Amino acid sequence: MESVKPILEFKKTCVSYTKQTMAVKYVSAAIERNTITAIMGPSGCGKSTLLRAVNLMHNLYPNIRVDGEILLNNENILSMEPIDVRRRVGMVFQRPAPFPTMSIYDNVLSGYTLNGIRLSRNQKEETVEHCLQSVALWDEVKDVLNKKGTFLSGGQQQRLCIARALAMKPDVLLMDEPTSALDPIATAHIEELMQDLQKEVTILIVTHNMGQAMRISSKSMFMYLGELVEYGNTKDLFSNPKDERTKAYLTGKMG
Amino acid sequence: MNDKLYKILLFVATLTMPIVCGGVMYALVTDAYDAFEHFGFFKFLTSSDWNYTDGSEQYGALPFITGTLMTTLLALIFCIPFSLPVALFVGEYFNGTKIAAILSTVTDLLAGIPSIIYGLWGFYTLRPLIMAFDISPQGSGILTASLVLAIMIVPYAASLSAEFIKMVPNDLKEGAYSLGATHAEVIRKIVFPVAGSGIFSSYILAIGRALGETMTVTMLIGNTNNIPDSITSTGNSMASIIANQFGEADDLRLSSLIAIGLALFLITAIINMIGKIMIKRARIA
Repeated sequence: MESVKPILEFKKTCVSYTKQTMAVKYVSAAIERNTITAIMGPSGCGKSTLLRAVNLMHNLYPNIRVDGEILLNNENILSMEPIDVRRRVGMVFQRPAPFPTMSIYDNVLSGYTLNGIRLSRNQKEETVEHCLQSVALWDEVKDVLNKKGTFLSGGQQQRLCIARALAMKPDVLLMDEPTSALDPIATAHIEELMQDLQKEVTILIVTHNMGQAMRISSKSMFMYLGELVEYGNTKDLFSNPKDERTKAYLTGKMG
Repeated sequence: MNDKLYKILLFVATLTMPIVCGGVMYALVTDAYDAFEHFGFFKFLTSSDWNYTDGSEQYGALPFITGTLMTTLLALIFCIPFSLPVALFVGEYFNGTKIAAILSTVTDLLAGIPSIIYGLWGFYTLRPLIMAFDISPQGSGILTASLVLAIMIVPYAASLSAEFIKMVPNDLKEGAYSLGATHAEVIRKIVFPVAGSGIFSSYILAIGRALGETMTVTMLIGNTNNIPDSITSTGNSMASIIANQFGEADDLRLSSLIAIGLALFLITAIINMIGKIMIKRARIA
């Protein structure tokens, strides 16, 4: 067990919005490379807050404090430049939001244009095709690459946003309830996609949907009132929860 | 019964405004008719003579159209470097903070200052400065009027632009940040493009204000009836020539002034309409 070096490690991570209350309390957990880890829990339990700490999203809001350590490949990201962290840790949000002024093609490359990184024509074409293929969108959009990203359906838009994040070749991909705004068919598409993606990238996904966690993840976290209550193999956690609170949540008595 | 009466009252009150607007339009057209008939419509708009000596009367609107366009365009150019930072400060950098609220209130206060006050300030403060720096010998002129006009339209451009900057969805900004963009990059590549048409339309509306501004311009532009040959020379705008001469004018000269008024009315109405349509589109999108 010790031989597998974690890609991401929370060490007593705390997040607070105000001085009095902590939204995430002393979370410690190690995430293995090329796995999908689901973070579950009732609304307001701090799961999104924990996720957003990983790419230093909280730095955008001066009132939010993050304490403890979060190690990415053994480097504490809390003392790194947000820009460097965010290039290595991609994020997909709840609501699909492709950049409305950009074409599908430019949306995929937006990470590069936003950072002022120039690519050659060949590199661009390769990146766009590769990323759209890895989100299974290439065949659907290859003839309309110049149309606006907002012209696509909700599910397609979300896959475009995943492609946008993958284009930066991140080590870790954070997904904040990525399917909650989508219909069941689009959801199934994205779940299927994630199974393939974990070969390239380590995925941390917040989900409200227990079925989804069971279907896609190998590890699961259960959070409650800001605490990490239980963390383990998804199968074990679902079939044999150790904590009463986890059991109550999984059986629908709480949530 | 009561309901019906209420409806009729409402209808009559509402109808008054379009009737007044139509009345103004009708009066302008009938009174301007003489000038247009005498000089010809296009000839009147493109002639640069303004001679009211009896017997050799000759009127053309070109110097004033030029004066209006020059002051408005310059005012717009001077206003952008002040209104855009204010809009960004209020709408993005300090959005929702107390300091932004104070700044936007103060900026809005500028819109409430009567134009005669701006005129006085321009005349007694800015004009001597322009003379002291040897920019123009007489102090007044297109440049002086444009500078004050620019200050007057800053609040209109800034507060509306700020509104459109605020409307850029947080989803998009966070999406850009999550890809490693800096604040400046988010503003340049996400906020401006997304709010662009809204910002553009707020400048169109600001232009609409500048076109018809009379008092300040009349006090500062120098009131000469020639086509201005540089930005420091004196001139007259469409509004300022009317304000200057309507009291002493009669017959053909009065009709010519009213014709200029009609042209100004139409230009302003069209600019405002374009601005409003664009704002509507920007809000929907």
